[in-house]
Amino acid sequence: MWAMLLTLPFLMGAIGGYTELATRIVVMGLAAMSLNFLLGFTGVLSFGHAAYFGLGAYGTALTIKYLAPNTLLALGIGILTAAIAAALIGALIVKRRGVYFAMVTIAFGQVFYFIAFRWNAVTGGDDGVTGWHRMPIDIGAANLDIYGDDKAFYYFVLSIFAVCIGIMALLLNSPFGRTLLAIRENERRARFLGIPIDHHIWLSFLISCTFVGAAGSLYALLNNFIDPRALRFDLSGNLVIMAVLGGMRSFWGPLIGAAIFVALQDYVSSHTENWMSVIGLVFVLVVRFFPRGILGVLRGRASA
Amino acid sequence: MSLLQIKNVSKRFGNLIAVDGVSLTIEPGELRAIIGPNGAGKTTFFNLISGFFAPTSGSILLDGKDITRMSPEERVVRGMARTFQITEVFPELSVAQNLRIAVEVAAGFRMKPWIDRARREEVAARVADLLDNGGLTAKRDIRVGALSHGDQRAAEIMMSLALRPRILMLDEPTAGMGDQETYDIARLIRRLHKTNGMTIMLIEHDMRVVFNLADRIMVLAEGRVLAEGTPDDIANSDAVQAAYLGNAAA
Repeated sequence: MWAMLLTLPFLMGAIGGYTELATRIVVMGLAAMSLNFLLGFTGVLSFGHAAYFGLGAYGTALTIKYLAPNTLLALGIGILTAAIAAALIGALIVKRRGVYFAMVTIAFGQVFYFIAFRWNAVTGGDDGVTGWHRMPIDIGAANLDIYGDDKAFYYFVLSIFAVCIGIMALLLNSPFGRTLLAIRENERRARFLGIPIDHHIWLSFLISCTFVGAAGSLYALLNNFIDPRALRFDLSGNLVIMAVLGGMRSFWGPLIGAAIFVALQDYVSSHTENWMSVIGLVFVLVVRFFPRGILGVLRGRASA
Repeated sequence: MSLLQIKNVSKRFGNLIAVDGVSLTIEPGELRAIIGPNGAGKTTFFNLISGFFAPTSGSILLDGKDITRMSPEERVVRGMARTFQITEVFPELSVAQNLRIAVEVAAGFRMKPWIDRARREEVAARVADLLDNGGLTAKRDIRVGALSHGDQRAAEIMMSLALRPRILMLDEPTAGMGDQETYDIARLIRRLHKTNGMTIMLIEHDMRVVFNLADRIMVLAEGRVLAEGTPDDIANSDAVQAAYLGNAAA
């Protein structure tokens, strides 16, 4: 998987894609894998992750525009914004379960959408935050031109991706991560083993949203632009689709789902405006015939 | 001191009094059975003790400490473990994973994002020990959901045991099992009681199991204590005979 990711910009060229598309796949892949930390490995469905994606994005865009033209600082502030919001909102909603949890995540998500949409003076409202761009990174002697060189930016995104994914993999293979699996599998048993369920779901939500915030921040840097659609609930739905499409029980599945989603979106939307109906059809077919997702099926075949 | 003291607990659901002023004392090392006709309030009584919900009145003391209002998690920390009438395990995970989670939580690692090698080995050794004790070593890598009913139950009991409880509560451990499985589970419970000196409290419908295993038996009927004593006392009690026969006739 890593070999594929390292060579993706070059593979893209070979199959008629472009580097920016590869970067978008990695960014959305990070978002979908982060969502899946909560969905696939804790068993909690959120339909409001776009809020934290968008908060990461706005945090980053506004930092560069108003505060300091420093990409790394902006990334950090974006992630922190998402994490703080997730910690507070998570504490309010963590007692809800199942579909009730999903509903309140949508409700809270839309709050941020409308703030971004209405607060013209700061967020530019519907027009988004314009008039800024990601800055080259100066590390002592070396200067990493992630603005001018889109391959350099791809590898910058990939290294952030690697750090986030690495931390999540480590957590999932730890005693803490196994308590999350326990909650997914059987909440009552987990509780009567002495695991405080609400607290652990809150932590999982916080971790998931923090990394989704990182993805959102990278998304803003990628586009040098951000508008309220990055906060809207249809993006939350798309992230869930990516996770389910690729296979939410496998660690890498959501990345595959994101790749298919982003590539289809790019290809089909150049032919028709109704690209969503093609995605919808693919989604229905996958859920109908491969309920464990695409990677889930491949894994199943391999071990059978 | 008595390990568990239950003083006059009652539980009311609307107009229904499911448990009505029941008191019970359990000594360390004892194996206590609770029997009674369907709807006698046995499981409700268990749920009150394990913290599933709080009693309407009365108090529960573990080691002399009042736990009446504590959450189930706090009770687990103080040494109470239970199984359920319908087996509660982690079905998609292997037997070894199920036990590993229980062992890690019991060792206080539930918040740890990382444990060192020595600790991982301690956990693995304890898991191997529990697999062996439950007769599950050969099935360690099988998904628990794919095991037979009896093996799932054994896995659940071993998970509870991983918590190193001071008292183990089993809600109908042989429910829905065939003769062989019932025998195997009864043998496992006897071994835990005799060899490990585990204090056990169980609800059971199978009278062969109850009269074979229990040191003392409490009979509940309509939420009240009908009789309490040794298996011989209970077998010879007219009140118990009447309750069971009355129930069978109706």
